Amino acid sequence: MAHDVGVSGSTLSADLRVRRGDFDLDLALTVQPGEVVALLGPNGAGKSTALRVLAGLLPLDDGTVRLGRTVVEDTVGRVRLEPDERQVGVVFQDYLLFPHLTARENVAFGLRARGIARREARERADDWLARVGLVEHAGQKPRQLSGGQAQRVALARALAAEPRLLLLDEPLAALDAATRLEVRADLRRHLASFDGATVVVTHDALDAMVLADRLVVVENGRVVQSGAPREVAAHPRTDYVARLVGLNLLRGFAVRGRVDLAGGSTVTSAGHADGDVFVSFAPNAVALHRSRPDSSARNCWPARVASVESHGDTVRVALDGEIPVVAEVTPWAVAELGLRPGGEVWATVKATEIVVYPA
Amino acid sequence: MATVAVLFLVVPVIGLLVRTPWSTLGDVLSRDTSIEALRLSLMCATLATAVSLVLGVPLAWVLARGDFPGRSLLRAAVTVPLVLPPVVGGVALFAALGRRGLVGRPLDEIFGITLPFTTAAVVVAETFVAMPFLVIAVEGALRGADRRYDEAAATLGASRWYTFRRVTLPLVAPGVAAGSVLCWARALGEFGATITFAGNFPGTTRTMPIEVYITLQQDPAAAVALSLVLLVVSVAVLAGLRERWLTTSA
Repeated sequence: MAHDVGVSGSTLSADLRVRRGDFDLDLALTVQPGEVVALLGPNGAGKSTALRVLAGLLPLDDGTVRLGRTVVEDTVGRVRLEPDERQVGVVFQDYLLFPHLTARENVAFGLRARGIARREARERADDWLARVGLVEHAGQKPRQLSGGQAQRVALARALAAEPRLLLLDEPLAALDAATRLEVRADLRRHLASFDGATVVVTHDALDAMVLADRLVVVENGRVVQSGAPREVAAHPRTDYVARLVGLNLLRGFAVRGRVDLAGGSTVTSAGHADGDVFVSFAPNAVALHRSRPDSSARNCWPARVASVESHGDTVRVALDGEIPVVAEVTPWAVAELGLRPGGEVWATVKATEIVVYPA
Repeated sequence: MATVAVLFLVVPVIGLLVRTPWSTLGDVLSRDTSIEALRLSLMCATLATAVSLVLGVPLAWVLARGDFPGRSLLRAAVTVPLVLPPVVGGVALFAALGRRGLVGRPLDEIFGITLPFTTAAVVVAETFVAMPFLVIAVEGALRGADRRYDEAAATLGASRWYTFRRVTLPLVAPGVAAGSVLCWARALGEFGATITFAGNFPGTTRTMPIEVYITLQQDPAAAVALSLVLLVVSVAVLAGLRERWLTTSA
């Protein structure tokens, strides 16, 4: 659909270094045309700073930003294009639709700013509104639109200006859960039809997994992990990522399936990786027992219950002790085992449930 | 104390209404001198407001958005006319724009333009005194406006000037309107700087306030009638603009 936009895609290659007070960001990022990369990280990780730098709203302290063959910013060569010279479209977290303009005028804004005649700009704006399914709302002001509609107008406004790079800042954060589900699927479709590079900033793992072709996980201004969503979800490399994807993560040293953990204990895995490894397994792979079980599970250790939290129709039990992990059990098991903070239990995990991969 | 304040502010206006010679009102107002003075006042106040808008809005933008050393000094300089006695303002204008003045002499010698005692001088005097009201109001509105809308416009490829026209200015329109009303009202009532710099010539520089002052010495009742006209005009404009602009600011 977006091929009629007429701007062939260009690769984003950026090397960003920004210092602000005691925070510093050091991030290298390459995004191919048509590729959607999610910058995923906790609040304060520097994702939004990176986005503002790419848009030209914040200067680089050191580094380069290139779009195809265009040098957008280069601190050594002293090149710096202003935001309005970059052809970088931004969908802001709270959309920032101009409140005094109608949806159509908002979408036409970028075209009008470039000197395209009112009538043509209007027609192209209407085309974009049709693509996002909002033709009948063209004459409405932003305050008359729902959150989901405003989000789509913001997307149409950014795309109508024919950007070479599209940036989205927490695009779904301002929406309620029900709208989010619907808009997320729509957004995925529109991003897929955009042939430029796209960067989505989010702290929501699900948004990142659904929208992006590749995840770049940022913590404290540094990339800690990157890869395809499935790869990142299966093999988390930091506690933050493990928590996001809901896995237990441990570090250790493996020799043929036997892993000596940092805490001194040992676990056995069916996988085979040697040397420094990550060990991960799902919370529902952890079984809890009142006394030492007599089962086939080779991984068995005593633990103390740190907390018990209801999580949907299951219960998450955080365990202290030599191997700190989270177990997911049924409410029935909680009652049966008499689980409460401070209680003593035995935990087991089958070797086949444990994934081991090089650190 | 608040009651005293209200009485203090309201009683003089009531006094004006009570003393108005309603029977001869028509007579007084249809005098050529009255009509001439009112026409001149309305025209000059409107021109002064127009000049203040053209010059004052960019100045307010610089004060609100600019980032340069000496900005607070500039703001102080701009607000001087607010605290300056208008007569002193008139003398200052004379010193600068009079035939022997700093700017007035080259203006006279090179272009043959002399400002003092012309209708243009009335506009200059009124603008000098009234523009700071507009600048302060617009600057406040610009400070209160969300600058991220400007950023959004920039990412859509809009130049600063385009952004200013299509985004910034419409967003602060209520502030500009309020500033214009204040500016116009101040210009309409201008007396001290006008009579000092522009003088008192019927038809060219004798504005309504000057007419009122002069009439008061000969015919107090007529002066009251003329004052009433100024009062009505001011209140009408304020009320009219309030309906149109000021209440829709939210």
